[in-house]
Amino acid sequence: MKQEYTITVYTENHIGLLVRIATIFSRRKINIESLNTSPSEAEGIHRFTIVIDETEEVVRKLARQIEKQVEVLKAYYNNNEEIIWQELALYKVPTAQIAEKVKVERLLREHGARAVVIRNDYVVFETVGHREETDRLVEVLAPYGLIEFVRSARVAIIKESRGFHEKLREFELAEPKDELIENEFLNQQKEVFSM
Amino acid sequence: MAIETATQVSSPLAQADTASISGSKALLEALVAEGVETIFGYPGGAIMPIYDALYDYPDQLKHILVRHEQGGIHAAQGFARSSGKVGVVFATSGPGATNLVTGLADAMIDSTPLVAITGQVYAHLLGTDAFQETDVINITSPVTKWNYQITDATEIPSVLAKAFYIARSGRPGPVLIDITKNAQLQLFAYAGYQKCNHIRSYRPKPIIRKEYIEEAANLINAAEKPFVIFGQGVILGKAEKEFANFIEKGGLPAAWTILGLSALPTDHSLNMGMLGMHGNYGPNVLTNDCDVLIAVGMRFDDRVTGRLDKYAKQAKVIHLDIDPSEIDKNVKATVGVWGDCKETLPLLTQLIESKSRTAWIQRFKDHDAEENKEVIFSELHPDTPVMTMGEVIRNLNEISGGDAIIVTDVGQHQMVTCRYARFNQSNSNITSGGLGTMGFALPAAIGAKFGAPERTVVAVIGDGGVQMTLQELGTILQTEVNVKILILNNHFLGMVRQWQQLFHDKRYSFVDIASPDYVKLAEAYGIAGASIESRDQLNEALSAMYHHPGSYLLEVNVGKENNVFPMVPQGCSVSEIRLK
Ligand SMILES: Cc1ncc(C[n+]2csc(CCOP(=O)(O)OP(=O)(O)O)c2C)c(N)n1
Ligand SMILES: [Mg+2]
Repeated sequence: MKQEYTITVYTENHIGLLVRIATIFSRRKINIESLNTSPSEAEGIHRFTIVIDETEEVVRKLARQIEKQVEVLKAYYNNNEEIIWQELALYKVPTAQIAEKVKVERLLREHGARAVVIRNDYVVFETVGHREETDRLVEVLAPYGLIEFVRSARVAIIKESRGFHEKLREFELAEPKDELIENEFLNQQKEVFSM
Repeated sequence: MAIETATQVSSPLAQADTASISGSKALLEALVAEGVETIFGYPGGAIMPIYDALYDYPDQLKHILVRHEQGGIHAAQGFARSSGKVGVVFATSGPGATNLVTGLADAMIDSTPLVAITGQVYAHLLGTDAFQETDVINITSPVTKWNYQITDATEIPSVLAKAFYIARSGRPGPVLIDITKNAQLQLFAYAGYQKCNHIRSYRPKPIIRKEYIEEAANLINAAEKPFVIFGQGVILGKAEKEFANFIEKGGLPAAWTILGLSALPTDHSLNMGMLGMHGNYGPNVLTNDCDVLIAVGMRFDDRVTGRLDKYAKQAKVIHLDIDPSEIDKNVKATVGVWGDCKETLPLLTQLIESKSRTAWIQRFKDHDAEENKEVIFSELHPDTPVMTMGEVIRNLNEISGGDAIIVTDVGQHQMVTCRYARFNQSNSNITSGGLGTMGFALPAAIGAKFGAPERTVVAVIGDGGVQMTLQELGTILQTEVNVKILILNNHFLGMVRQWQQLFHDKRYSFVDIASPDYVKLAEAYGIAGASIESRDQLNEALSAMYHHPGSYLLEVNVGKENNVFPMVPQGCSVSEIRLK
């Protein structure tokens, strides 16, 4: 059964790695729904957050292929129950509409939107939340002359994760502990990742 | 860059502390420190500083000037496969680099350790569409294990150290290093070369988990009909001895993928032959009859498995591989043993019971007898007026005694040669397995000879494939390398013709290929040669080729419309293999 999975990849900061990771998906004609790169909690380590809609088996194989890249330290995948995630959205609305129509203001408030910039000609609002919520706000704003809309990639925190600091220290050793290079994959053929 | 621990390598330059040298010289020092002696390559504008530096290394580094960069990289592949070392190839930017792509893809899918060095335009010109600028890093990303662009000479020693480490460790593969011209020219304070043996984000080898070995051993010990299938992992892991001990103790019949060929001597009593589309009858049929299937260093390619949903469904599967992404990729393993088979096989051997399993092995022999009757005998001892490819290889076996390195191209002759050639030792079968690259054999044979100069190298090539990289005859001319070129000329792109005959109503669409006069052609390149058409010339002609003091080209005209059987038609299961 296909569902949304979030793949979290810890990597070295290396030019060219984005292409290597992207082609793992494009080569298999798998659409990336969202992709974010950012620093991670561990210094010098980058964190990719990738969202795709696929079956668990496909996601597991993709995670293996990603982890096979030399500069990738670890790849984890989780379904939506296992993570906390957010996306940021920005909406540009004509100021006149807001001033005239009380309803618009109420709608924005109801959807938890916050004004970031207020000008004579337009106002920019932001919301933070899940995709369905931002999508809904776009729908309701559409009749009132939504000028521009943009939504960020997903960022996600794995509920059960203890972070990467300790693992990183281990990775730096020539002979890491068993726990680190343990055969997680074989251990838990279904649930590959143990963090 | 990742943190690396390092071992100091002593070199004259390393001792004179922080001498100022060019990036080019640092590159060559790196090669020398890595034990490289042979480089295949072709110069050009963007790599000229490296070639200039090479001029001063005539004793340490032998550079083989090829005739096309594709030839250069296939030669490096042949070198790597006959020697078990990392192959090295140089090419210039732009077209030089793009000419490497086929070889990189081939090396990637066949896990061949290579370091390819490409020149690149000056760093300040990157992205300006400069003359002979191509985005080599992005073009080659999907076909390299790792690649990296150097724009500053100070990076050269550490990046080269990483390149060699990555190419040869874990599951080997090609690495490409693109060096901008300014970095090649740049002088910098050189502090010596340090080999790399650790990159924090890279785990070439896991710690072996004993419980999986135990589980695997239990399955094998409880099995009535265990069957071992093995691939190139045995050769890449240099685990031939460990492998033989394993199957001998367990009395385990074993069959090979074409990349595993030669890891186990042809004569070995447990060698049951070849797997897959044109493999032997017993190994294919009994894959769907065994109760435990033990896969060692192989990746369940579709040419081996046929239809996956009808592949070994009755069997418990044990899969030993160094690449964890291979386990469960195509065939779900009951027990996956992740690790280097050089280490995992002895552990497994310790735990398995000593058995002989004569009745089970007899089943392979029975199938063999049937295949012999239906296919093999008439292929090797035909009563037709025209020669078969099989009888050529049978005669070659008699002359080589199984001691030659056999390099094959792609097509019918490849399948026939892999089926019938005899091998006494490992690293002796060199073929383009995963990519099926026509034109591979001639340059790969040249490289193989440089990698194993003491051995006789025979390239078996079709009339189609030989015309793809013919220009490498010039490399033979110039280097006087001794390779035997055996063209099996069926006057067709035979393998495609066979499919057109069997699956497209004999509509022979553009498979009728003309050939030049190969003997004259060889002669033009100063290579001795002969062409034969009749059986009574065969043995003598092969013997003349084999024992000729230098390179030799022999064209054998064989039957035009012979087919390779048995065959597992595409989309069929391995047990639906056809004998005719
Ligand atoms: C570079 C490349 N182009 C096309 C093919 C497709 N192909 C596979 S086998 C074959 C025919 C090979 O003909 P030949 O070299 O004469 O060998 P034969 O099958 O006749 O022994 C072709 C065209 C290929 N494998 N590689
Ligand atoms: Mg042919």
